[in-house]
Amino acid sequence: MTDNNNTTQELTKKDFTVDSTIKWCAGCGAYSILSSVQNTLPKLGVKKDDFVFVSGIGCSSRFPYYIKTYGIHSLHGRATAIASGLKSARPDLNVWVITGDGDSMAIGGNHFIHLIRRNIDLNVIIFNNKIYGLTKGQYSPTTPMGSKTKTSPFGTIERPFMPGELTLGAQGNFFARVIDKEPRGMEDVFLQAALHKGTSIIEVFQNCVIFNNAIHEQITGKDVRDDRIIYVEHNKPLIFGKERDKGLILKGQDLEVVKIGENGISESDILVHDANNPNPNVHYMLARMTYPTHPVAVGVIRSVEDNTYEGLLEEQIEHAKANSKIKNVDDLLNSGNVFNIE
Amino acid sequence: MSNKNSIIELEQVVVKFAGDSGDGMQLTGMQFSDASASLGNDLSTFPDYPSEIRAPQGTIAGVSGFQVHIGHKEVQTPGDLADVLVALNPAALKANMKWVKPSATIIIDIDNFDNKHYKKAGFIEDPLHDSSLKGFNLVKAPITSLSRATVRELNIGLDNKTADKTRNQFVMGLLFWLFDRDMTMGEHFLQEKFAKKPELVKANIAVLRAGFNYAETVEAMTNQFHVNPQKGRKGKFKKISGNIAASWGLVAAAEKAGLKLFLGSYPITPASEILQELSGLRNLEVKTFQAEDEIAGICTAIGASFGGYLAATSTSGPGLALKTEAAGLAVITELPLVIVNVQRGGPSTGLPTKTEQSDLLQAIHGRSGESPCIVIAASSPGNCFEYAFEAAKLSVEHMTPVILLSDGYLANGTELWPIPQMKDLPEIKTPRVKDNDPNYQPYKRDPEKLSRFWALPGQEGLRHRIGGLEKSDVYGEVSHDPFNHQLMCQYRAEKVNRVADYIPKQDIYGSKDGGELLVIGWGGTYGALYSAVKEMREEGYDISLAQFNYIMPLPKNTDEVLGKFKKRIICELNLGQFADYLRSIYPQYKYSQFNKVQGLPFFISELKKRFKTLLEEE
Repeated sequence: MTDNNNTTQELTKKDFTVDSTIKWCAGCGAYSILSSVQNTLPKLGVKKDDFVFVSGIGCSSRFPYYIKTYGIHSLHGRATAIASGLKSARPDLNVWVITGDGDSMAIGGNHFIHLIRRNIDLNVIIFNNKIYGLTKGQYSPTTPMGSKTKTSPFGTIERPFMPGELTLGAQGNFFARVIDKEPRGMEDVFLQAALHKGTSIIEVFQNCVIFNNAIHEQITGKDVRDDRIIYVEHNKPLIFGKERDKGLILKGQDLEVVKIGENGISESDILVHDANNPNPNVHYMLARMTYPTHPVAVGVIRSVEDNTYEGLLEEQIEHAKANSKIKNVDDLLNSGNVFNIE
Repeated sequence: MSNKNSIIELEQVVVKFAGDSGDGMQLTGMQFSDASASLGNDLSTFPDYPSEIRAPQGTIAGVSGFQVHIGHKEVQTPGDLADVLVALNPAALKANMKWVKPSATIIIDIDNFDNKHYKKAGFIEDPLHDSSLKGFNLVKAPITSLSRATVRELNIGLDNKTADKTRNQFVMGLLFWLFDRDMTMGEHFLQEKFAKKPELVKANIAVLRAGFNYAETVEAMTNQFHVNPQKGRKGKFKKISGNIAASWGLVAAAEKAGLKLFLGSYPITPASEILQELSGLRNLEVKTFQAEDEIAGICTAIGASFGGYLAATSTSGPGLALKTEAAGLAVITELPLVIVNVQRGGPSTGLPTKTEQSDLLQAIHGRSGESPCIVIAASSPGNCFEYAFEAAKLSVEHMTPVILLSDGYLANGTELWPIPQMKDLPEIKTPRVKDNDPNYQPYKRDPEKLSRFWALPGQEGLRHRIGGLEKSDVYGEVSHDPFNHQLMCQYRAEKVNRVADYIPKQDIYGSKDGGELLVIGWGGTYGALYSAVKEMREEGYDISLAQFNYIMPLPKNTDEVLGKFKKRIICELNLGQFADYLRSIYPQYKYSQFNKVQGLPFFISELKKRFKTLLEEE
C-alpha cells in the first residue's frame, strides 16, 4: 500500500503511523519499540520519504508493515545484507534494520558480523526475547544455557551469544542496550544510534508474553532493576544501586563492583564511562557483565566515529572519475588493445 | 628470412601451448593470438588450466595449456585438435598427446626430457625412443639451455631462475619463424608488457630472437606456414573473453538505461573475473560489493535494486544454488535483477575450471514455490556482451529477475569481437513512477507486460512496503487470501510468458524452410555446432541448426521451427536437460540426443560423426 499524504510541515509520530491493524500478540514488547522508533524519526531532520526499514523474518520483522515508510520485509537473516546493498547504493537514505535474536545471531550471523566490520551507516535494532516466537517456542542462540524449550526438553547444552560481544568482536563502533518497557531510554538511545555515522547495533531486551514471558524480569523487574542494572552514560561515573551507592572500578583485568564509602572508596574512585574511547576493552567488559556478579549495562556502551563503507566507496568513485580518461562506455569499449583491421 | 623452406598457405591452424603452471603458457598464447589478430586473422582461444594454482612441477596435474585457433576464414571454436603442440616438459606432452592431429608438429624442450622428468610425468618408457611419437614432426629444441645461454651472454646480472622465465619467448621465436611472422610485433608486445623493467625487456627480446634464429638455422622444421588475413573484415576489433564481455554488457545497459550499476558478488571460478573487471570501473560509477558469501552477494544486489540501481550478481553453479532463496525474493518482490551464472562442471564443487551446461534446469526451476524468471544464454565469448545487455534490458523493462547463462568455455575463451557503438544499442525504458503519482500502487501492473512499476525510496509520496510474504493484487498488502495467491502466481508466470512478445524469433541456420535434420543446441555450444553443420552442408548434407539463446520463455516460433524437420537432435554438455525441457513443452516431436559431460566442449569431428550416423538411419 502507498501513503500519498504528503506534507512539508514538521513531522510527528502520526506521519509514521499506519492505518492497518498491527498483528503482534497483546502485551508484546514490540509495540513499545515501534512507538519509540516512531517518536524518534521526527527528531532526525530527515524527510519522511527518505526512511527505509528493512527486516528479516520473525515476529520482530513484521515491523516494516507497521511503520509508514519505505520498507522491505525480506528473508530470514538477510536484512543486514539487503540493507547493506541499499545503503551502499543510496547513501542519501536513512536505513534501519529490524531483526531478532534468531534472525541476527543464528541464520544471519555471518551477514551481521560482516555488516559491522564494514561499518555501513545502518541502525540495527535487535529484538532479543531469547526465544523463537514465530515458530512457537524453540530455543535461540541467546537462550540461557540449560533452558527447557520445545527443542530442548532436557535443557539447552549450548552457550548463548551476547549480541554485544559479537558486535565488539566484529570491530563494532556503536553498541547500546535498552529495555522494551523503558520508552524514554529507548528513544534517547535510538536517537544517538541514528545520529551515529556507521553501523549502530541496539539490543533491546524484549519480552515475549507467549513463549518466554518475563525472561528479562530477573534483571528488569521494578523491584530489582536499580541494583541489577547500571545505566551507562558517556562521561559519567559508572554508579548504580537504589541508593546510588555502588559503582564499578577497574581491578586487575576485570571490572569490579564496589560500594562507595566502604574500604576507603569514594565517588572519585569510580570509573568514568568513556563511550568514545577507540580502545574497546572496557566496552567489551561492560557489554559482557551479567547478574549476579555484575549489574547489566544499559545505554550506549560504545560510540566511536570512523569512516563508513559507503563514504569510502563514494570517495573512490569521485577519485576514479576525476583521474580516468575513460568517461563513458564508448571510451571503455575502445580502450586497451584495439585491432584496426582495414 | 630463409628461402630454403617452402611456405605453405593454410586456411586455419590450431596451436596448443603446454607447460608447467608457472611457465607462462597463458601469456605466450595471448602474445601469439594478439600478433595474429594484428595481422587480420580471425581467432578463437581457450585456456586449459588446472584448479590447483601451482601443482608440483613436472607432473600431469601441473600442466597448464592455452589453445589458439587462427584462420583466414571465420573461426568459431578454439579447434578440436592441434596442428602444432609446444610441450615444455614430458608431462605437458603426455597430457596433450591425444589432442593433436596425427601429422602435427610437436615442439619439445629437449632439456627437460630426462629420466627424472619422465618419472614425474608417469612415463614408463622413454617416449622419444618408443613408437608413441611416430608420424609426428618432432622438433627437439634445447629451449632451456639456449635461453639461459642467451641471457647469460647479455651480462646484465640475471640468474638462471629469471632466465628460465624467458623460455616462453624462445618458443614464441620458433613460432614466429614457423608462421612467417614479423618479429617486431613480438618485440612490441614485450616492450609494453615489461615497460617498467628494462632488463626484462632486453632479456626477453634477446631470447625471442634466439628462438627465431634457431628455427631458421637448424632446419629442424621442414616448412613454414602462412595464414592469410581474413578478407572483407574491416573495422575496430577487440580480443575479448566472455567474462569481460558480460561485464561490459552490464555497464553498457546501465548507461543506456540512465541507471547506475551495482554488482553484489562473491569470488567463484570461473565467474570471478566479472567481479574483478567491474570493481575496476569506479570511474563509470560502478559500485561493486564483494560480499561475505553468495547469499549476501545477491541480497546486496536486491537492496540496490530496491534503491533504483541496475543490480546484478555473478556466480557459478554451487553459488547459484546458494542464491535460490533470494532469487525467489526478487521474483515475488518483482524487482529487476540480473543473475549471471557462469556454468562449470558439477554437481557440488565438481570440475571448477571445466565447462558444462548442467545448470539449465536449476536456472529454470531451481527456486521454492511457483517462481518463474527469465532465462537466457550467451553463445559466444563476444555475444556475452549482447546477452548481458539483453538480460538487463528484459529485467528492467519487465521487472523480474533474469538469469543469464554463460559457461567456463565462453567465460575464458576469447574471440575477435567487432566493437559496438553505444548509439547503435537499443533503448532501455525504465518503468519508473513520478513523485506523488496518486495512482501508484505497488502491485498495479502494466496491462501489456503485466509488470509492476518501480517507485524508489526517497521519492515523494510513494512510500510502500514490499517483501517475501504474498501480497494482495494492486495494493500490495500482506494477503493470505487463497484466490489472491493463485491470481498472483498466475500473474508472475504470465508476465514471464509474455516476454516472448518482446524477444526475437528463433533463427535457423541452413534450410530455413525445413529439411532432413535439425541440430538443436543452446548457449555456449554454438561455435562447435555451427562449424559441424556448416562443414556438413558444404559436403552436401541436408542439415540445419537452431541454437537457442532464449530459454525461458522460448521464442514464439519454436514449435514451427521444430516441426519443419524430419529429424531432430538436441546436443548439449549435460545429460539431456534442454531435451527434457523441450519434451515437456513440445511432446509431439521425437528428439535424438547427443550428450557430453566430460568438462570439455564438443569436438566438431565427434558431432559430424554422430550427425552422419543419424542421417543414415532409417
